[in-house]
Amino acid sequence: MVGTEAYVVLSMVLFILGAMGVLLRRNAILVFMSVELMLNAANLALVAFARQWGASDGHLFVFFVITVAAAEVAVGLALIVAIFRTKKSIDIDELHQMEG
Amino acid sequence: MFEVPVLADLNLGVTLPSVFLALYATVLLAVDIFIPSEHKIRTAWLALAGIVVSFVLNLMTYNTVDSAFFGMFTADPFSAFLNIISLVTAFISILLSVDYLKRAGIERGEFYPLILFTTTGIMFMGHANDLIVIFVGLELLSIPLYVMAALRYPDLKSEESGIKYFILGAFASAFFVYGSALIYGATGTTNLPEIFQSVSVITATEGNSSMMILLMGAGLAIVGLGFKVAAVPFHMWTPDVYEGAPTPVTAFMSVGAKIGGFAALLRILIVGLPMLVILDGQTTAAWQQTIALIAAATLIIGNLVAIAQTNIKRMLAYSSIAHAGYVLMAIAAAGTLGIGDKAAQSAVVYLMSYMFTNLGAFAVALAIEKNDGTGTNISDFVGLGKSKPALALMMTVFMLSLTGIPLTSGFIGKWMVFQATMESGLVGLAIVGVVTSVASAFYYVRIIVNMFLKDGEGDPAAGATQYVNWAVYVSFAGTVLLGIFPFLMLNLANPITLAVIAP
Repeated sequence: MVGTEAYVVLSMVLFILGAMGVLLRRNAILVFMSVELMLNAANLALVAFARQWGASDGHLFVFFVITVAAAEVAVGLALIVAIFRTKKSIDIDELHQMEG
Repeated sequence: MFEVPVLADLNLGVTLPSVFLALYATVLLAVDIFIPSEHKIRTAWLALAGIVVSFVLNLMTYNTVDSAFFGMFTADPFSAFLNIISLVTAFISILLSVDYLKRAGIERGEFYPLILFTTTGIMFMGHANDLIVIFVGLELLSIPLYVMAALRYPDLKSEESGIKYFILGAFASAFFVYGSALIYGATGTTNLPEIFQSVSVITATEGNSSMMILLMGAGLAIVGLGFKVAAVPFHMWTPDVYEGAPTPVTAFMSVGAKIGGFAALLRILIVGLPMLVILDGQTTAAWQQTIALIAAATLIIGNLVAIAQTNIKRMLAYSSIAHAGYVLMAIAAAGTLGIGDKAAQSAVVYLMSYMFTNLGAFAVALAIEKNDGTGTNISDFVGLGKSKPALALMMTVFMLSLTGIPLTSGFIGKWMVFQATMESGLVGLAIVGVVTSVASAFYYVRIIVNMFLKDGEGDPAAGATQYVNWAVYVSFAGTVLLGIFPFLMLNLANPITLAVIAP
């Protein structure tokens, strides 16, 4: 059986990759996918810990995270579509209407 | 053997104020379809009615201390006090929205249910006794706010505000979830009182890896919530989002999102992790220094950058960052063993006084805003003392209250927070707080000078319709009454006890 540490290390790697993606990517969709990667890294950690503790709280948390992530996708993609219609671009570097 | 719970076990009675509001918002969303678009004001009235019912239910159960949903949800004076603040915020925000949405041409019925959903999320965060509930509350608070920030589409500024808020909000949520996962990994539970038990065991055992995981988890959770309350260095999104969003939404989120974030921070840090010490026997929690540093940075950057702003919405955005710093001072104070309850009381009192004052300031800014969203510069206040003396006078009081001048509610809030900070021994932080308060007078007083002392043709304040006026009156009454009779809120805050252990 693979130890819990291995899963947690993997989840940390995925989380960091996701965070780097949010900070470095310029395309709104890719930024958004990176956020999903971070959430799923957390899910992996939760499931691994749930197995270690032999309790179901972690699984429960994962279901909530998945559900909420789906709700977030709905709103996020709607926003991206709306901004694409106005601007014909979803590059987040070009979003600088407000400065100061 | 798993037993199917019966409905009575859930103890739904104590959840009534928030669960009622959630159900009511859902029903309102459906009812709104049948309301013709020229009568959307009826949706607003129905939403206000729902808030009033929830408010009454909340007052009726103010002193109950009970838990529901198997200990995941708790009702105590802390949550009841925060419910009062969040419901009043929603009430005033709806008053501000009614005419604004119409003249901006974005009157959409779903706006009002969205406000109710966000309010429910804030209330759940105050009630939360479990990391899962905090997460769900956080998202219920955030997701409708993303939509509301972009409500003015296809206006690019508003869309930009929505997407910036969305990306950073989702980023912050991911930090919070990962932090919670690590806390769960170290302690084996998501329930805050059980985390507290488990932390005492972990700190008592020397040299185990749980301590590392727990510290990382607490750190990531603080980062996640720090984004929500706009604490430095997680504040970069605030000015852009506040400037671009429709003004009533800005007013609502500048108070609402902060109440939720601080409620969760107080719950996690005081109920769950007060004993998180690196060496057994220390009397200050490991997170105290971190929070104190964040608070000091927030105070300094928020107040200094606000001075340079020329747009009232951006200025109030930086001012709201600065005010988050004062609440963070109270949270840092809670890190000293035995101060927890007093610090929590001072934090909620501060939030209540901030709520009235800040909503009032945004209401006046909204009144002088033009229909196309311009006219929000600080220079637009020139001459307002002549054209609208009453409005200018009330704006003066709001500005003085934000500075923290005696006889306004802002003073009482600051007094309580400074007292708690001094008692916890964070003298340096208290000095930073006092100095930055004095510096803040600079940009608040500039508005007053513009209104009364500078010559110019006053703005007609076309936005000051009846509903907006009522919102200003309510905020003004709150600011002045709580400033002159502070016992009104201090007595309400007095029964708040969060800490599981006696000092």
